[in-house]
Amino acid sequence: MSDFKLVWKNLMRRKLRTFLMLFAILIAFMIFGVLAALEQAFDSNASSSGDRLMIVNKINFTQPLPISYVQRVRALEGVKQVAHMNWFGGYYQEPRNQITTFAVDPGSYIDVYQSEFEVPDAGRRVFLSEKTSVIVGKTAADKWGWKVGDHIPLNSNIFSQKNGARVWDVTVAAIVTPKKETADANFIALRYDYFDETRSFGKDQIGWMALTTTSAAYNDRLVKQIDEMFANSPYETSTDTEKAFSKAFVAQLGNIALMVGLVVGAAFITILMIVGNTMAMAVRERTREIGVLKTLGFPGPRILKMVLGESLLLAVLGGVTGMLIAAAATTALRGAVGNFVGGLAITPVIMVMGAVMMLLLGLITGLMPAMSAMRLPIVQALGRS
Amino acid sequence: MSDTLIRLAGVEKSFVKGKEKISIFEHLDMTIPRGDFVAIMGPSGSGKTTLLNLLGGIDSPTAGEIQFAGERIDSHSERQLSKWRSDHVGFIFQFYNLMPMLNAAQNVELPLLLKPLSASQRKNNVAAALEVVSLSDRAKHFPREMSGGQQQRVAIARAIVSDPQMLLCDEPTGDLDRTVADEILGVLQLLNRELGKTIVMVTHDPAAARYAKRTLHLDKGKFVEREELAA
Ligand SMILES: Nc1ncnc2c1ncn2[C@@H]1O[C@H](COP(=O)(O)OP(=O)(O)O)[C@@H](O)[C@H]1O
Ligand SMILES: [Mg+2]
Repeated sequence: MSDFKLVWKNLMRRKLRTFLMLFAILIAFMIFGVLAALEQAFDSNASSSGDRLMIVNKINFTQPLPISYVQRVRALEGVKQVAHMNWFGGYYQEPRNQITTFAVDPGSYIDVYQSEFEVPDAGRRVFLSEKTSVIVGKTAADKWGWKVGDHIPLNSNIFSQKNGARVWDVTVAAIVTPKKETADANFIALRYDYFDETRSFGKDQIGWMALTTTSAAYNDRLVKQIDEMFANSPYETSTDTEKAFSKAFVAQLGNIALMVGLVVGAAFITILMIVGNTMAMAVRERTREIGVLKTLGFPGPRILKMVLGESLLLAVLGGVTGMLIAAAATTALRGAVGNFVGGLAITPVIMVMGAVMMLLLGLITGLMPAMSAMRLPIVQALGRS
Repeated sequence: MSDTLIRLAGVEKSFVKGKEKISIFEHLDMTIPRGDFVAIMGPSGSGKTTLLNLLGGIDSPTAGEIQFAGERIDSHSERQLSKWRSDHVGFIFQFYNLMPMLNAAQNVELPLLLKPLSASQRKNNVAAALEVVSLSDRAKHFPREMSGGQQQRVAIARAIVSDPQMLLCDEPTGDLDRTVADEILGVLQLLNRELGKTIVMVTHDPAAARYAKRTLHLDKGKFVEREELAA
């Protein structure tokens, strides 16, 4: 027998109670894991944008803008490059195989987003010259086994071609890996010119623009200037940093995240109280046994360690199980929300945060009972019989 | 050979309750030679348990000296007392005080977790202790699966497993019927005679006291002569 075995036996002496506590802890950590993964993904999407500005329709980002705006924005002082993008609603073979797909102007797109991923020179030349070529993110390429030069029938759940087809035939020019690990690589960029001349509606419209500036010092002024320029036109704009835009883009999800955040907070405070109270109760029930252990010669600090060990073991068992379930859940969610939130995963940072929270939970819930067990005078613990 | 194992000199023990000071012992002297088997009798509340607690270093005197094998233990720190108890004292309680989630062998093994012994050494010692109390065949049984007498045997095995010199028993047969009590007392007598354990046993039961070599009577915090008590 060892101290660990003693701790384990103490924990398992009331199986139902232990199971219920484990379950509560598991739920809290599961919620934490999923939420932290979502926030991390939002954050990395938002913070990857550097100093780019985003221009969207003032009504909301799903409304189009005219392509003519691109030249007008490009002409402003301080603007380095303007890329424009159109949401394509892409999928492969079946609607559930969604791929984040944009129609882009190849040159400006690569200019604006070169900080995100590197496009090999050969692939870049092809993308710039071949109208039906596309750039594919590594995740999508790996998933479907695509290689450079492959023809892909790319479906849209929004657009159709003038000839009635809903499928565009495209050719892989390059496969790119995002520089950031958490960035979304389940994407395809096809050429706007090819898309625009074949689509059956929405000609000369774009979804939004992303621009880089020659210096971040221009940003504040440009944000105002651009929106003023298009004020009182049929297509008013809303310009902001991409960071802010990303946050707005996921605002609906963000509100949910806030709510879930509150739920997580409440859940943790609740389990803190439940587990803390139950640990205190469990130790109080064992007052006499603790007195006996001390009588046998177990020193106070060793008893403190055993009680803390018990609450830590409980927190780690529940926490690790919860995080594993969260990992499984994020993997499952990735398919569903990948278009909005790239790179959804339990990252090492989240694991470390989870581990720290398990330690804190174990220590906080165990500390008071452990201290009182350590200090308990033997005579008082044994009582008078 | 009567070298002294325990000596109490001028021991005072009192509690403060509110503004009142309750004195259990005002000035207690006592000598127990090595190898003795003393029964301590006395009415309820006379201080028997308190005395045993002082002898076993789980309570400390308000004043006075307690020596064990010539060494003062009344000035020991709590940490030193823990170590001292695990080396020298075995406790046997009225209600056995076994851990319900541990089987007999594991209960007996507990004191050995404080010793620098290998798992196999611990196993051997546990087996030997269970052998002494004739419970080898119940090693894997849990307390709830055993009778009171058997549980008390396990408690005795736990008390002797690290081979202490002194056993302190607080009404060890108070919860057992006559036959079983006699068996338990027989075991204690054997430990005293064959293994030379010094035993201090608190009891209400004159029949139990007869197993001891001598009996001390405690009344209102003082040792009294038998005749005085009867009068
Ligand atoms: N912690 C304490 N505080 C106050 N009084 C106590 C305490 N412990 C024991 N006493 C009192 O001391 C007396 C002796 O108690 P005890 O040693 O348990 O007697 P016995 O074992 O002979 O019945 C009793 O009157 C008891 O109420
Ligand atoms: Mg008593």
